[in-house]
Amino acid sequence: MYETLRHFADSYGLAAMMVAFLALCAWPFRPGAHQHNQNAANSIFKDMPDGE
Amino acid sequence: MQAESALGRVALWFVIALLALAAMLSAKDGGFAAHALIVAVTAFALVLVSAARFDPTTSLNSFFRIPPGESQYDDDPVRWGVLATMFWGLAGFVAGLYIALQLAFPQLNFEPYLNFGRLRPLHTSAVIFAFGGNALLATSFYVVQRTCRAKLAFPSLARFVFWGYQMFIVLAATGYLLGVTQSKEYAEPEWYVDLWLTIVWVAYLIVFVATIVKRKEPHIYVANWFFLAFIITVAMLHVVNNLAIPVSPTGSRSYQVFAGVQDALTQWWYGHNAVGFFLTAGFLAMMYYFVPKQAERPVYSYRLSIIHFWSLIFLYIWAGPHHLHYTALPDWAQTLGMVFSVMLWMPSWGGMINGLMTLNGAWDKIRTDPIIRMMVMALAFYGMSTFEGPMMSIKAVNSLSHYTDWTIGHVHSGALGWNGMITFACVYYLVPRLWKRKRMYSLRMINWHFWLATLGIVFYAASMWVAGVTQGLMWREYGADGYLVNSFADTVAALHPMYLLRAFGGLLYLSGYVIMIWNVWQTLAGRVREEAPMTETPHDENADRPLPPAAVPAE
Amino acid sequence: MTDQVVKETVKGHKRLERNVTLMAVATFLTVTIGGIVEIAPLFWIDNTIEKVDGMRPYTPLELAGRDIYIREGCYTCHSQMIRPFKDEVERYGHYSLAAESMYDHPFQWGSKRTGPDLARVGGRYSDEWHVQHLKNPQDVVPESVMPQYGFLAEADLSIADPAANLAALRRVGVPYSDEQIEKAEADLKLQADPAGNAADLAARYPKSQVRDYDGNPARLTEMDALVAYLQMLGTLVDVDSAAAQEELATEKGR
Repeated sequence: MYETLRHFADSYGLAAMMVAFLALCAWPFRPGAHQHNQNAANSIFKDMPDGE
Repeated sequence: MQAESALGRVALWFVIALLALAAMLSAKDGGFAAHALIVAVTAFALVLVSAARFDPTTSLNSFFRIPPGESQYDDDPVRWGVLATMFWGLAGFVAGLYIALQLAFPQLNFEPYLNFGRLRPLHTSAVIFAFGGNALLATSFYVVQRTCRAKLAFPSLARFVFWGYQMFIVLAATGYLLGVTQSKEYAEPEWYVDLWLTIVWVAYLIVFVATIVKRKEPHIYVANWFFLAFIITVAMLHVVNNLAIPVSPTGSRSYQVFAGVQDALTQWWYGHNAVGFFLTAGFLAMMYYFVPKQAERPVYSYRLSIIHFWSLIFLYIWAGPHHLHYTALPDWAQTLGMVFSVMLWMPSWGGMINGLMTLNGAWDKIRTDPIIRMMVMALAFYGMSTFEGPMMSIKAVNSLSHYTDWTIGHVHSGALGWNGMITFACVYYLVPRLWKRKRMYSLRMINWHFWLATLGIVFYAASMWVAGVTQGLMWREYGADGYLVNSFADTVAALHPMYLLRAFGGLLYLSGYVIMIWNVWQTLAGRVREEAPMTETPHDENADRPLPPAAVPAE
Repeated sequence: MTDQVVKETVKGHKRLERNVTLMAVATFLTVTIGGIVEIAPLFWIDNTIEKVDGMRPYTPLELAGRDIYIREGCYTCHSQMIRPFKDEVERYGHYSLAAESMYDHPFQWGSKRTGPDLARVGGRYSDEWHVQHLKNPQDVVPESVMPQYGFLAEADLSIADPAANLAALRRVGVPYSDEQIEKAEADLKLQADPAGNAADLAARYPKSQVRDYDGNPARLTEMDALVAYLQMLGTLVDVDSAAAQEELATEKGR
C-alpha cells in the first residue's frame, strides 16, 4: 500500500499536481477576465469622496 | 421606554458585577481573584453610568475631538480603534525597550512582577494583539465599509467587539504580570480569557461578514478576502491551540489537552500562522487598500492578487514545523514544514511586487510623499523578512540559527519593518480623514518618524543578526584539543555589546513613535504646522531673468 | 442586466468574488488542509513517540514546581529540547526523546536559549547551588543576565487542591491512579520532608527524590517545589542503557 502510494506520488501524482498548479496560476490571466479585473481594481476609486 | 431599557442595563451590569464578586470570593488563586475584581469594578462602573444616565462617551468624544453628527459611514469604532492602536503601541514599545535593557542590565529586573519572564509575554502580546490587533480592527471596519459602500452591520455589536477586545487585552496583560499564563507563546492567556476572546472574535466575524452581505457593490474587493481569511483562520487557530481543561471553574490554572510532541506541533502551527494570518494576511489587506488609495492608482495586477491570496493562505498553514527542526518531532513533518516554507517565498514576493509595482509610473511619490515612502519601506522589509524566513527554515541554516537571537532579529525586521511601518502609514492616512482635517499636523514630522524608525530597525536587525551568528558559532566551537571551547556563560558575556546596540535601535524606533503621537495629537486638535512643504522646487527670483548680453571681447 | 453579464457573475473565481459565504467556505477549506495533514497523523502513527522505560507522571511537588516554572515564564529563555548535534549532546546530554515530554501538558521545549537548555539539568548541580543561583544568579555565574527569584524562598507553597490538579491532568490523559490522586496532598508534603518515607513515595512514583530542597526544612516553599522539579528533569529515562540504545538504533523514518 505504502509503496504503491509512494510510487504514485513520485510519478503521475506529482505531474498531475504540477499541471493543476500551473493551470490554477494561469486561470486568472485568461483574456476574458481582463475587463472584470480592471473594474474590480478601480472599484475603490469610484464615487469619491469616501464619506468624509 | 428609554427608562425601561436603562433600567434593564442597570440590572444587567449589576448582576454581572455580583457574579464577578462571587467569583472573586470563591477564587482558588490570586490571579483569578484579581481578574474577577477587574471585571467587577468595570461592571460596577457601568452600573453607575447607566443609572446616572451619564454618558461618559460625550466627554471622551470631546476630549478626543471626535467629529459630531452622523456621517455616511459608521466611523466611531474606527476612530476608537486608531486611538487604541496609538495607546497600546506606546505600551508595547516601551515594554520592548525595557526588556531589551533587562538583557543588557539584569539589575533592571524587579522580582516578582517585573522579571523578564513575565514582561516578555507582555511585550509580545502588547505589540501583536493590542497594537496590531487594534490596527486591524480599525482598518478592517474602515475598509469594509468603503469597499462595500455600506454602513457597518450591527453597530452595537461592532462596539462590543471593540470594547470586548480591550477587555481581553487588559485581562491578558495583567495576567502576565500576576503570573497567569499557560506558557504557549503568543497564546499565553488562560482558559477564561481565551473563552472571552472567542466570543469577541465570533462577534467580529458576524459584523464583518454581515457588512459584506449588505454591500452595494457586486464585487468583494481583494482587501476583504484577506481580512476574511485573517478572521476565520485566527478563530480556528485560537480554538484548537487553546484546548485545555481548567482545574477549577474558579481558578486560573488549566492543563492543555495535548501533550509533548503533539502539543508542540499544534503550538507552532498556531504560532507560525499567528504570523501568517494575523501579521501577514490582515496587514496585506491593509496594503491592498491603502497603498492604491495613497498612490491614487489601482493595484498593479488584480490577477496576481488572486493567485497571491489563494497560494499564500494555502501554503502558510503548512510552515509551522520549521520551528521544530531537529527536535523530537518526526522527520517527515520537519521536512514537510521546510519544503512549504521555502515555497512560501514565492507568494510572499508576489504580494510584495504587487504592492511595490502599484507605484509604477508614480515613483516620484517616494520622494515627495512621506506616507508613500513609509509604505514602500514596509513592503521592502516585508520582502526582506519573507526571504530571510524561508532561508532560516532550511534545516542546515536552522541548525545554526535556532535558539539564537537571529530569530529575534528576524521577527523584528518583520514586526518593526513590515507591521509597524504599514500601520503608521495607515494611521497617517486615516487620521486626517476620520477627524475631518485637511492633512496631518506636520508632514515633516512624518519624515522624521520614517528615518528614526528605519535607522532603529537597521540597528536592531544588524545587532541581532551578529548576536545570533556569534551565539550559534560559539556554542558549537571546538578547540584543537577536541573539547568545546566556550562555556554557556562565555556566550552570554559575548553578547553584551550587541544587546546594547539592540536597545539603542529600539530607542530610536520608540523616539520616532513619540513624534508620531505628538503629530497625531496636534492633528486631532485641529492644528496645522507652518512648515516648508516637502516638495518645494527651488526657485531663485534673481536668477529668473534672461542672460545678460555677453561681453563682446575686444578686438 | 444582459444575459452575458448574468453568465459572467456565476462563473469561476468571479463567483467567489461575489458570494461571501462561498468565499468563506473556500478559505476555510484551504487553510485546514495543511494542519490536518501535518498534525493529525501524529496522533495515530505509532513511532511518533518511542517506547522507553522509566517515564512516569510528575509527583505533586514536581508538578507544583513545573507550574511555577510556567508561571515565571522560564520557557522564554530556557529550552528543554536537546538537538542531536555533537556539541549539544556534549554540553547538555543525550538528545531529547519525544517520550520524555509525553506527560507535559503543555510542552516546554522552548524556542530561545538566552540561558542554557534544561532538559537534563536534574542532578547536575546541588540543591544548594540551585537555591543560591535562583536567589541571585550573578553570585554563582557573574556573566548571567537571569533575573532574581529570591521571593520563591519566602513564599509558602500554597495550592488550593493538589488532588484537583492531578485529576485535571488525568482528564487529559495522564495515567494518574486513584491512589495517587487521593494521596496528592500528603505526597506534596512528604517529598520535601527530610524525615519523609522515601520508599512509600517511590512505590507510587519510581525514582522520586525525597528531601528538603530549599535549605529550610521548617517550611514548604515555592523554592522547594521549583528545585524539586529542576532536579528531576531528564532523570527518568535511562537513555544510555543498553536497551534504550538498541531501541533507538532501530529507529527510522520518524
